[in-house]
Amino acid sequence: MIRSPLLRTIRTGIHSLMLHKLRSMLTTLGVLFGTSSVISMLAIGEGASYEAQEQIKLLGSQNVILRSVKPPDNPNSSSNSRVITYGITDADFQRIEQTFPGVGHVVPVRMLQQEIRVADRALNPRLMATTPLYQEVTGRLLWEGRFISKEDERNLSNVCVLGTEVARYLFPFESALGQRVKIGSDYFTVVGTLAPRISQSGTPAAPGTEVTGEIFIPFQTARQWFGKLQVKRRAGSRTMEQVDLHEVVIEVTDPKSVPYVAAATREMLQRFHKTPDYEVVVPLELLARAEETKRIFSIVLGSIAGISLLVGGIGIMNVMLATVTERTREIGIRRALGAKRRDIVTQFLVETVCLSVGGGLMGVALGLAIPLVVEHFADMRTIVTLSAPVLAFTISAGTGVLFGIYPAWRAAAMDPVEALRHE
Amino acid sequence: MTSEAVAEFDKVERVYRMGSQQVYALNGVTFDIKRGQYWSIMGASGSGKSTLLNLLGCLDRPTSGTYKLAGRDVNTLDDDELSATRSKKLGFIFQSYNLIPQLNVLDNIMVPLFYQDDWGDADLARAHMLASRMGLSDRIDHRPTELSGGQQQRVAIARALVNDPELILADEATGNLDSQTAKEILDLFDELSSEGKTLVFVTHEAHVAERASHVLRMKDGRIEDMRQQSRVGERA
Ligand SMILES: Nc1ncnc2c1ncn2[C@@H]1O[C@H](COP(=O)(O)OP(=O)(O)OP(=O)(O)O)[C@@H](O)[C@H]1O
Ligand SMILES: [Mg+2]
Repeated sequence: MIRSPLLRTIRTGIHSLMLHKLRSMLTTLGVLFGTSSVISMLAIGEGASYEAQEQIKLLGSQNVILRSVKPPDNPNSSSNSRVITYGITDADFQRIEQTFPGVGHVVPVRMLQQEIRVADRALNPRLMATTPLYQEVTGRLLWEGRFISKEDERNLSNVCVLGTEVARYLFPFESALGQRVKIGSDYFTVVGTLAPRISQSGTPAAPGTEVTGEIFIPFQTARQWFGKLQVKRRAGSRTMEQVDLHEVVIEVTDPKSVPYVAAATREMLQRFHKTPDYEVVVPLELLARAEETKRIFSIVLGSIAGISLLVGGIGIMNVMLATVTERTREIGIRRALGAKRRDIVTQFLVETVCLSVGGGLMGVALGLAIPLVVEHFADMRTIVTLSAPVLAFTISAGTGVLFGIYPAWRAAAMDPVEALRHE
Repeated sequence: MTSEAVAEFDKVERVYRMGSQQVYALNGVTFDIKRGQYWSIMGASGSGKSTLLNLLGCLDRPTSGTYKLAGRDVNTLDDDELSATRSKKLGFIFQSYNLIPQLNVLDNIMVPLFYQDDWGDADLARAHMLASRMGLSDRIDHRPTELSGGQQQRVAIARALVNDPELILADEATGNLDSQTAKEILDLFDELSSEGKTLVFVTHEAHVAERASHVLRMKDGRIEDMRQQSRVGERA
């Protein structure tokens, strides 16, 4: 025999609901789907925004990045062998480095089109020529060895630093340090490898599959060996491209002055470039935009959640009103046997809350399962924060209370004699 | 037998307002029920018997006049106090049993206790004792729908006794039962009365009314006749 009045009321409530199993089940569906969709959508949204933010943070939130962009083909020039000159120039670089206030380090990057080869393994990764500061400015971590040094720059050393994927692909069974890698027609000694950017997923790429890794060589060495011209062969035509710098990473000393440096950079480039052959990427702006997107997403989600729980709540209220009418007689009996108004209110509120909490619990279970399914089949990252199921569950229970009050009040307000006479 | 009054009616009126019309369900009823008395209420349909019983049972309040239950004026009690009075001092037995379908027999018997704040092992033991007295020991876990009408009414009687009430009220308690079962139930009433319980029951049948020590005859909301009689059981 249960002594606690509340526990007994809950047990009685569950018994009452079990008298109409199908009806109770159907009633919980609204809350069930409301809760589960909130949790799963939050998890998917959270996962997507996390990935976006990670990607942006990799660029460095204190950096401003300039990139050279190839302008659209000029249809006037009919020659199929010509030199196109575009992009960020050495002069731009100097202006930024020497005249911009609030700028710390400025790092030039050149992308080179060269095949990388070790014995019979060849690949075309992102080959980047840059200065020692690159590592510091982008916050990349070393796995082993060292990054490019000032001495390398001065001595025009033939050294290189491999990204994780490249190192794994070229030297799957041994350390890459000290190994020699053929870049174009010259040999470079590996002096370091980088730690993976994001937690590495899965096994290293099998030989033959495309590897999109990175490899770094000293800026001056690259200028010496490969010059500024690059030949591009595409569909029979041959184009020569002359690009000084493919990318410039500007590190701003104070995060607050990032917008000013970005504005100054845009203004300067606009003045010196007749065609828009560059782009300015400001990770901080991207981050702000990503956060704004996330905020809007949250508002939309919140509205959907609110509406679905509202619908669920109305469904519950509807059923409870019918139940109260149906059980008028029972209410009369209980009142005659000594139930106070508040006992009747409690009884029907408990039943409503049982319905909504039952729906909420099943909804939480389903809501936790859906992200797993999505992650497995759609290969999307999902993040279930603790707050999502807690919030969803609290709201569903609250819905029960809110929408249960009126039916319970109706039940309690009945006159005992009238209720007893009810057939 | 003490002469202490359990229920005192003084010029009680119960008026129902039907639009502009006023229906006097009770029209100046004055009488006392003393501890241990055994009353039957008779009268034509619509004469006010149920209204009277509902007032006695604190389910309703007089429109005017006073009703004192165990010395307390019911008109001074608020809704919660009326509820508390019903759960502690009154026992109801209805024509249609009125058990709660989702509760088993034991829980049904104990409902009046559930609405009291404090009940203990003694009360639980009492519920079991009453169940066995009503011949329901092996039906404790059954739901009302699994019982016969007579058994259901026995559950209702056990329920009416579980809180050891001042006053037991029965409105046509045997109306739905066959004559044999009805006789068993009425014998139970006699037994309770001889144990000193105060009982009031409404009936349409004269030979049933004869069992009581007092007969109250109602007509159009007034007392038509009220008399003490020697009881059938005592005469035999
Ligand atoms: N809620 C109500 N509203 C209006 N009139 C009512 C109400 N309840 C009872 N009455 C009237 O009061 C009068 C007495 O009713 P009551 O139920 O007490 O009769 P009764 O003696 O129990 O009849 P029966 O033997 O048929 O049960 C009747 O005229 C009835 O119409
Ligand atoms: Mg009646």
